[in-house]
Order: sequence, then structure tokens, then C-alpha cells
Amino acid sequence: MSALPDHARRRFLLGTGALGATALLAGCVSNSPPTQANPAPVAAGGDNVAPGPPVTIGFSAPAADHGWMAAMTTNARAQAERLPDVTFRATEGSADVNQQIAQVETLINEKVDVLVILPADGKALTAVGRRAMDAGIPVVNIDRVFDSPEAYRVWIGGDNYGMGVNAANHIAAELGRRGVTSPVIAEIAGTDSLPLTQERSAGFRAGLAKHGLSVSRRVAAEFTVETGERQATNLLQAASRLDAVWNHDDDQGIGVLAAVESARRNEFFLVGGAGSRPMMERIKAGGSVVQATVLYSPSMCSSAISLARLLGQSRGMSDLAEHEIPRSITTYSAVVTRDNVDQYLDVGFAS
Amino acid sequence: MSEQTVPAAAVPTAPSRLGRWWARADVRLTSLVLVLVALCVVGHLTRPDAFLTEGNISTVLRLAAAIGVVSVGMTFVITAGGIDLSVGSIVALSSVWMTTWATQSYGVGVMVLCALLVGTGCGLVNGLLVAYGSVVPFIATLAMMASARGLAERISGRQTQVVTDPAFGAVFRGDLLGVPVLIWIFAVVFAAGWVLLNRTTFGRRTLAVGGNPEAARLAGINVRRHTALVYALAGLCCAIAAIMVVARTTSGASTNGLFYELDAIAAVVIGGTLLSGGRGSMTGTLLGVLIFTTLSNVFTLNNFETDIQNIAKGAIIVLAVLVQARFRRRARAA
Repeated sequence: MSALPDHARRRFLLGTGALGATALLAGCVSNSPPTQANPAPVAAGGDNVAPGPPVTIGFSAPAADHGWMAAMTTNARAQAERLPDVTFRATEGSADVNQQIAQVETLINEKVDVLVILPADGKALTAVGRRAMDAGIPVVNIDRVFDSPEAYRVWIGGDNYGMGVNAANHIAAELGRRGVTSPVIAEIAGTDSLPLTQERSAGFRAGLAKHGLSVSRRVAAEFTVETGERQATNLLQAASRLDAVWNHDDDQGIGVLAAVESARRNEFFLVGGAGSRPMMERIKAGGSVVQATVLYSPSMCSSAISLARLLGQSRGMSDLAEHEIPRSITTYSAVVTRDNVDQYLDVGFAS
Repeated sequence: MSEQTVPAAAVPTAPSRLGRWWARADVRLTSLVLVLVALCVVGHLTRPDAFLTEGNISTVLRLAAAIGVVSVGMTFVITAGGIDLSVGSIVALSSVWMTTWATQSYGVGVMVLCALLVGTGCGLVNGLLVAYGSVVPFIATLAMMASARGLAERISGRQTQVVTDPAFGAVFRGDLLGVPVLIWIFAVVFAAGWVLLNRTTFGRRTLAVGGNPEAARLAGINVRRHTALVYALAGLCCAIAAIMVVARTTSGASTNGLFYELDAIAAVVIGGTLLSGGRGSMTGTLLGVLIFTTLSNVFTLNNFETDIQNIAKGAIIVLAVLVQARFRRRARAA
């Protein structure tokens, strides 16, 4: 070793150092947390579970930049895997609307039997949905609705307005139970420019108004954990006393709860939104400011795959009196509380 | 004050006491201080019960901490004549890497080390591309911005990874001598950045490289190596910021650090650092960060909508730059 010239030894040490660092880094990328499994629920009933003729389902959704969106794609895939007569053709999600249009076009050219589309922007993808329908491929439109009814065969989605109303009703009832008069109610919204946020807020205001209540403080937190923490931190400074808070989204809720914890505040109760599994587990465990969450469940994506399969096989929904699949299905934004959380844990998504 | 500059003029001929003070004071920084004071006055007048409380001041500083640390690194890059668009993505990647299950299972030390290595590594890649690959900084860091965010999404599976080790929270979410640890880190990084830029050879070389790279090369500075180091330093700052974000949110997510590049560039530029390089003010950057954080705090205290906040933010950037340009012209004319 001592025979090495000085600079050579230095290079050797640097080299081994770099190797060690690389090894350390490589060891640190594996990401398999203990509870990652998030099985998508299968809706089953009647003789529709019995295998039918093979169906190829094309699937297109935006990039999963968010726990809820990631769960949508995961659920679709999981549901397709459970159905032995379904071949699943998914395109890689993208945040770019143009790219999503191109992807749907590819699926049309491949002549899939049914298309399931969660558009990044319902208006922008209307034309391509219509092209698919014209080509004889039925389209299942999820959540963000197309502009024209001719662009889809069936729509399944959540109820943003109803989500706000249900959150308001729960908050009013809980405040009544606690005997709070003239309460301070705060709202932590998502991204204000999105119609879904506007609808949620409108429903919340209308719901509260019915009980003679109103929103005292409102911030918009952009749907990320970090912005959730930042906005909630400022909000908690702004109001020295709060009675109830509705947070639109459980993903940003992780940040909101971090802020609540830092501020050491617990005089209020918090209602979440969307229904993530960590939030449901907190509700179940109790002892936290989180008392409830209003569902906007990505289970709708599992249902969409089931609907697509039935469409492809020309079957109806056997429990209904209809001969055909209905035109639109709106999921229900149930309020999940400690009393009923066990019933909903299976649709809770990993955020 | 803390400004380092390639020779400035403006020595008044008739030095009254006020004139002498005015000559010594830096107009740019003074105007920023005035903006900050004005914001504080508005905050205090509109919410006398809440604004100037110990809790609120600590809140503002805690919220300013992460973006402040990123801005310290950005000040070096811009002073050296570059730009770094990848800071937000590097924050995301570092935060996600340090919170993956595999990293977390080794404890706090490994988490912090991983963040520092990943952040500095990304910065170094930027630096090598710019310095030795002759890639324009805008493009090199744009590429890093896309790929680091993509890698962060890949590693995290686009899921928020909550830190389960209570030791991490105990260290980084706690207080030291009654002041939150995050504020201490911010103060230390800022002080180190100030000293490095204003009192060391490294700082003088950064100014020289940004002012005139050819002259710097002829003066015997290894311009390429220095440029690479400056980007690595920015990456290190992002890594420290990532640790702070994880501490604040108790989790790592691929959406962390969104738009940090814009916030940091805005803070640096209204702080008086020239986008073309050659002049940098660390104190100006600090004031820029504090102005934006205070603005957001005052607006939320008064229950204003976020869109109004964004309009005000834009107006402040334009105003600050206009005022600075005006004073600079006057200083030259004198």
C-alpha cells in the first residue's frame, strides 16, 4: 500500500468511497413498505360473475401524480386481473392532454372492444371519445365527464357537490351534539381552478347554510402534502379557535395533520375527503382530531372495468330491471366515521 | 451591507450626514427592508391580536426555512451566471429517497445521509453537464427537473411515504433553546452561505466566474471545476431543504418541492442578484424569501383568497425590480 504514489492512493480512496456510497444508495431505493397491498373491491352479484366471451378493454388515465389518481389505475388493473375473460390494455399515464388523446387513438386503432377513459380534462377529450363511439367502441367515461353525451356510452363518477353537502351535514350534526353555538368552521380546499374543487366548496356552503352555518375561514391547498402543511399552518395561526375543519382531500390531509400536530391544537374536529386508508385507520384508532372522512372513492374505477366487461359482452346489470347498462352512475359520498369505518376500510386507498 | 459587487460608483460630492448614510446604505436592500416592514405594519394593523406574536413569527420563519435554504444555493448558481430549474425536483427526489422503506429501516442517520448524497449527486450531475459537457444551464437543469421528478415518482410509487421512526421527529420537529430546529438549520445555512459568498475565495471566484468567465479563466481560476462545484452546492442545499420538508410534513412525496425553482428564482432576483451573473446578495435573497412568506401569512390571517395572493406576489416582483432599476440608474447618473 505504501508503495502507491500519493495521488494514486488518493484516487483509490476516492474510488472506494464512491463505490461505498453507490452501494449505500442502491440499498436505499427499494420501496416495499409493510402494508402496500390494496386490493380493489369486486362488485359481484347475479349471474354476471359467470365468465362470458373474451373482452379486450382499453384503459387510459392521466399520470398518477397523487395517491387517489394512483389508486384509480391500480384498481382498474387489479379488477381486470380478477376477471378471467378480460384482456387489459392500459396506456402509460401522462399529464399532457394531447398525449392522452394520442393514446386513446392508438387504442381505437388496435380495435379494443371497450374503452375506459378517465380524461385529464373532460372537455379536451370529448372529440376522441366521440371518434371511438363512432367507430363502434363503447366508451366508459370515468369521473370527469365529457362535454357531449355522444362521446360516451356510460358515465360513472363521484359526486363532488354531494361530498360537500355530506361533509356539511356531518359537521352540523357533530357541532349540535357538542352544543357549540356560533362555531368557527374552516375549509381547506384543493386546487381552486378545478371545477371539482368549486363544486365541493359550493356543496359545502349550501349544506352549511341549510343549518344556518357558514365557512369562517378558507384556504386552498393544491392537493399536495407539502402545500397542505403550509396552508394549514397559516390557517391555524389565523384562527386562535376553530370548531370544525373540512379538508377536501386525504392526501393533502397528511400535511394538514402534521401542521395540527406542530401547532399542538386539538380543540376542533377534522373531517377528511376522498377516503384514504391511513385516514380511515386514524378514525378507527380514535384519539385524533380526525373524526370522519367523506368518500370519493377510487373504487369507481374497479366498477368501471366491470361495467366495460358487461358492455363488451352485451350483458345488463342483472340486479336491475333494465335490459341494458344505465347511462350514468353517480357513486355515493358516504361519511365514514368510527361507527362504520370497518364497513369501508376495503375501499380505502393507500395515499 | 452584505452586497458584493464589481465596483460600484455613486459617491456624493456634498456629504451631509444623511447623504453619507445614503451613500453607504444599499438602496436595493433598503427598499426590500421597507417592503418587508410595510408588510409587517399591514399585518399588525389588520390583525393586532395575531401577527406580532411569538407563535406567528416562528410560523413564518419555519415556513420560510425550506425555500430559504434552496434560495441560498440558487443565489450561488445565479451569481455564477447560471440558472437551476431542477431544485424543486431534487427536493422531491431527496425527500422520497430518504423516506423509502428501505432507507427508513436503517434509522435517522442513514435517512439524512441518503438525502444529502442524492441531492448533492444530482447537483453535481447538473454541474458536470454544464461545466464539462457544455450544455446550456437552462437545458441541463431542465432535463434534471424532468428526470429527478420522474425518478421520485418511480421510487415512491406515487404514494406519500410517512416517516415512522419517532427519532426523526424528535430531532427535526423539536426545539433547541426554545427555537424550532428548522429555524436553526435555516440560520446556519444562511450564515454559512453569507460567509462563503462574501468572505472567502470561493465567493470571490463565484462572482468572477459569473461576471466574466474568460477573465476569470485568465486570472487562473479553474472555471469549469468551480462551476461544477457551485451546482453541487445548490444540490446540497436542496437536500437540506428536503430534510426540512420531510420534517414539516412528516412524509416524503414526489409532489414535494413543487414550484420551488420559481419561488427561489423570484426571491433571488428581487433580492438584487443579477440574472446575468457577477453580482449576488445573500441578504437580499433572505429578504426576498421573508417578503413572500410574510405576504402569504398576512393574507391568510386576513382570510384572502389564494388568487389575490398570487396577483400581489407578481406585483411585488415587478415593483421590486422596477425600483431597483430606477435607483441603479440614479446611482450611475450621480
